[in-house]
Amino acid sequence: MNVLIDKFDVFAGGFWLTLQICVLAAIGALILGAVVAVLRISPVPPLRAVGTGYVNVFRNMPLTVVMFFAAFGLPALGSNADFLRVPGLDAIFSRLGTDLPYFRFALIALVLYTAAFVCEALRSGVNAVPAGQAEAARSLGLTFGQNLRYVVLPQSWKASVVPLGSVIIAMIKNSALIGFFGVVGDLSQTADQLTSAEGYAFVPVAIGISIGYLIMTVPLGALLDRLEKRQAVAR
Amino acid sequence: MSQQTSVLYDVPGPRQRRITLISSIVATVVLAVGAYFLIYQPLDDKGQFSMELWGPLVDPANENFPLVWDRIGTGLKNTLIAAALAIVASLVVGTLLAVLRIQLKSLTRRRFTGLATPVAYLLRGLSLTLSAVTRVCVEVFRGLPVVITIFFVARGFPEFGISFDTLWYLVIGLTVYNAVVIAEILRSGMEGLPGGQAEAAAAIGLSPLQTTRMILLPQAFRIMLPALISQLVVVLKDTSLGFIISYEETLNIGKQIIGVLGNPIQVYVVIGVLFIVVNYSLSKLAQYVQRQLSQGRKSTGVPAQTPPAALASQSEATGQGV
Repeated sequence: MNVLIDKFDVFAGGFWLTLQICVLAAIGALILGAVVAVLRISPVPPLRAVGTGYVNVFRNMPLTVVMFFAAFGLPALGSNADFLRVPGLDAIFSRLGTDLPYFRFALIALVLYTAAFVCEALRSGVNAVPAGQAEAARSLGLTFGQNLRYVVLPQSWKASVVPLGSVIIAMIKNSALIGFFGVVGDLSQTADQLTSAEGYAFVPVAIGISIGYLIMTVPLGALLDRLEKRQAVAR
Repeated sequence: MSQQTSVLYDVPGPRQRRITLISSIVATVVLAVGAYFLIYQPLDDKGQFSMELWGPLVDPANENFPLVWDRIGTGLKNTLIAAALAIVASLVVGTLLAVLRIQLKSLTRRRFTGLATPVAYLLRGLSLTLSAVTRVCVEVFRGLPVVITIFFVARGFPEFGISFDTLWYLVIGLTVYNAVVIAEILRSGMEGLPGGQAEAAAAIGLSPLQTTRMILLPQAFRIMLPALISQLVVVLKDTSLGFIISYEETLNIGKQIIGVLGNPIQVYVVIGVLFIVVNYSLSKLAQYVQRQLSQGRKSTGVPAQTPPAALASQSEATGQGV
């Protein structure tokens, strides 16, 4: 059991790195997902096709394959994902600026993969708004932008908060994969390192790692449950 | 899609149609040019489209072609075996878990009157504890990443002197996670049913277990069928995590091929396409089932063809109407 105390800094470091990639990937996926959702509901058919294609490709491919694509495809495209070395940002998220690109590749893969699910959550929210709402707004003479801003989006936002939350929880769990992709020092790689190379007993390490993930997922899940119940009452 | 467009936009007039057409053409040109300069050209410069790299995968005349596809076939077979075993196991375990949780929940409400007071308290305490324990188990395993469960199973079981084939580690790891998810899907399905269903079952003298087995569970399965099929897609995707415990599934075979032929992008494109085809058809199946279900619901709800009162109540009791 004392591995938990002796190696507390290792666990904490792993937790911190996992948290970093989750925060970054969540921001990236929300932005990219919103863009893809806009593409998917745009009136221009080719853009719609791009959005639909994107969602179908990334939703049906295992994250593992996406990660391999990022690791092999990006260098072939001549990019080391250096555009992610944003000057202010890499002071906090130190891994963005390292020379080894795996953290950035894993981040890109996670963002690409999660964005497809974010898009679907947002779209399902827009679909949940009754058609009469938008029709009424149009008959009042609101323009397309006003219609979205004052009528459709506020309502669809309510309907998509809970699905979005589930997507983010799934993303936190998916981030465990990065440890097996050469990102050194996150929670899952810590588990591997401690049990195999350093020969610590399995059970305490497993408990420590589990706690690390549960700290992130369980409160978020409980929060979503509460939101869902409150919305069910409101309806 | 068409339904959604009609929510947000009016039916386009001639001017709007012209604008749409023009912007379509512009968008297509921009996308094509962008794809050419940003994707095609760098890849072509690096020779990623050469037959040397693609040949073993697409050219039947290539000497490696039969061998490569033979290996990919093995990988696919292993992936499907693992996925099938995992989904069957998690369905069984998940159903049992859902029934257990529903039973325990109804037990905690029982006061055990008619028994001696200490026995009654003991029974209540026991059912409360069991209920809490299952709840905690569900929350813990739902909150852990699948990769981690698979890894724990593969690392932890040998620690306790139990060792299997890697296939079983993968299946157990996947089952632990997915059984919990399926149990939650079924449980929310059962709890979402109208309260009258369980009350009616109790009124005709069914025991709680019979109520769950004969009334609630079939309806929950029916309602939750689309969600269950989507979970199947998730399982199929997650079998690709077998590579971390070196189970020989499609992705792992792909890595071996890459090790020999050195064409990562091409192999991953092929594997990605295989996964997309299978999973896309599965999601389409889920959508089809959902449509069928909602149609069935609508047609029985049409008041014009009201069946005789006896039949109507029967169909409601067996859940046809839900």
